[in-house]
Amino acid sequence: MTIDGILKSINDRFGGRVLKTEKKSSRRAYLDIHPKDIVDMARYVFKDLGLRFNIASAVNDFDRIEILYHFSYDQSGVIISLRAMLSDKDNPRIDTITHVTKAAWWIEREIHELFGVVFDGNEDLRRLLLPDDWPEGVYPMKKSFVVPKRDSRKS
Amino acid sequence: MSNNRSTIPIGPYHPLQEEPEFWKLIVEGEKVVDVDVRIGYNHRGIEKISESKSFDQSLFLVERICGICSSSHPIACAQAIEDITGTEVPERALYIRTISQELERLHSHMLWVGLAGHFLGYNTVFMWGWKYREPICDIMETVTGNRQNYAMHKVGGVRRDIEKEHIPYILTRLDEFLKHLDMLKGAVLDDPVLHARLKGVGVLTKEAALDYSALGPTARASDVNIDVRRDHPYGVYDRLKWNVITQKEGDVFAKAVVRILEMYESASIIRQCLDKMPDGPIDSKPKDISQGEGIGVIEAPRGECFHYIKCDGTNSPVRHKIRAPTYMNFPTFRETVIGETVSDATIIMAAIDPCYCCTERMTVVDHKDKELLKAQDLIRLSQEKTRKIKEELGAR
Repeated sequence: MTIDGILKSINDRFGGRVLKTEKKSSRRAYLDIHPKDIVDMARYVFKDLGLRFNIASAVNDFDRIEILYHFSYDQSGVIISLRAMLSDKDNPRIDTITHVTKAAWWIEREIHELFGVVFDGNEDLRRLLLPDDWPEGVYPMKKSFVVPKRDSRKS
Repeated sequence: MSNNRSTIPIGPYHPLQEEPEFWKLIVEGEKVVDVDVRIGYNHRGIEKISESKSFDQSLFLVERICGICSSSHPIACAQAIEDITGTEVPERALYIRTISQELERLHSHMLWVGLAGHFLGYNTVFMWGWKYREPICDIMETVTGNRQNYAMHKVGGVRRDIEKEHIPYILTRLDEFLKHLDMLKGAVLDDPVLHARLKGVGVLTKEAALDYSALGPTARASDVNIDVRRDHPYGVYDRLKWNVITQKEGDVFAKAVVRILEMYESASIIRQCLDKMPDGPIDSKPKDISQGEGIGVIEAPRGECFHYIKCDGTNSPVRHKIRAPTYMNFPTFRETVIGETVSDATIIMAAIDPCYCCTERMTVVDHKDKELLKAQDLIRLSQEKTRKIKEELGAR
């Protein structure tokens, strides 16, 4: 299946639910989707089309948070990224895809603690990377988080 | 919860390899019934730091993610930036990138074979593995100027050329390495004790490997035929003749077989590169960075290394997401460790070749927090099991 074949399958299956399709090159494509469609689309792409889950990247640009779910089709070297723009800035949430693939287990925990995104349906959002004494509600990968300056004269 | 259950906390300093993390093995007697892991003790915030670096600097930054993969991360990062800007890399630079990638795979796999030998009580294999890795580090020094942290790669090409007069030296050292590899292969793969010790242990089924999206040798040992070098061609891999090594069993032995046989492929790739490498520039002028996003993937020794970069047109990224292969391979421990014995847990955890450090500090406590076993004891358990099998088989 070529990149066009994959994009066509997704568009045929989901019709108008793909908000925007951007084919960046013969090996990379980005699809904008609505957050509520992520489970359906991830299941179709992962289970039915047989793509591999690479990882998810959360991006905080200005005050928005978007999550890109990267899937790769290894038979023809294509990487498809599903982009979900989370609408609620103060309380970003999206459904978990851990029921679709166990590979999303750690990355959802990571995005939860670093960006403050809640994954509905994911029971295990314990800390993965941050220390236990890290203050609640402080999300270090958000742009609003300023890294404290270290005073070299101290210590 | 029954009183027969004990918790074995391992870490945060890992008993086996570099870098700290914390394991919690729940055991009933000898059997592991549940397991959990906590990482982050070495979290340095590199993704956040990268947002304050220029694209030129970010390559030096990502090189420091890992001492072993200090060729993989910069190439993946450079590919992501080249994906944004549409920069073409000269042919000769692609060959040099390929050579440095394969040298890295050789010394990384060799290091793993040595460590695995140590955990199993085969300290000779450990000494061999690390000693015979030296020719590769020497070649690396000849090619890049450094044994580790090469500072070799840049956006649009590489920094150093391979001199013609160095090629005979590289080939001689490579031959030397292969001779030792033959011996090591025989010692490991034909040893009846190792067969008894590793076959059927820590099996990762094909279904689980796919579900967890396992990568690299971990996936290939479970009959998942993926390899970024072939599937998402980069460098010059699509112009060379080589094989993707897979095994069907998914146990620790299969993972060892995959790694050992892959070293032969790597050596062959390096030879072909040195033979076919055209003359020409090693560096192109990168185009101005534009608004956009790019993805770079490469096959690191442990599997696919993934870099995603989003740029708003300024000289530093809005977001730089880095996913090292162990991040995907690690969670498979839930499939492989549960149900096995404590003495096998050590080698199963090491089988995915997780990227962490040699400092040792671990304790076995029972449910009343009384210390029962220490780090050395667990390795001793593992080594004793091998000895017992040796005696049963009548080996020395």
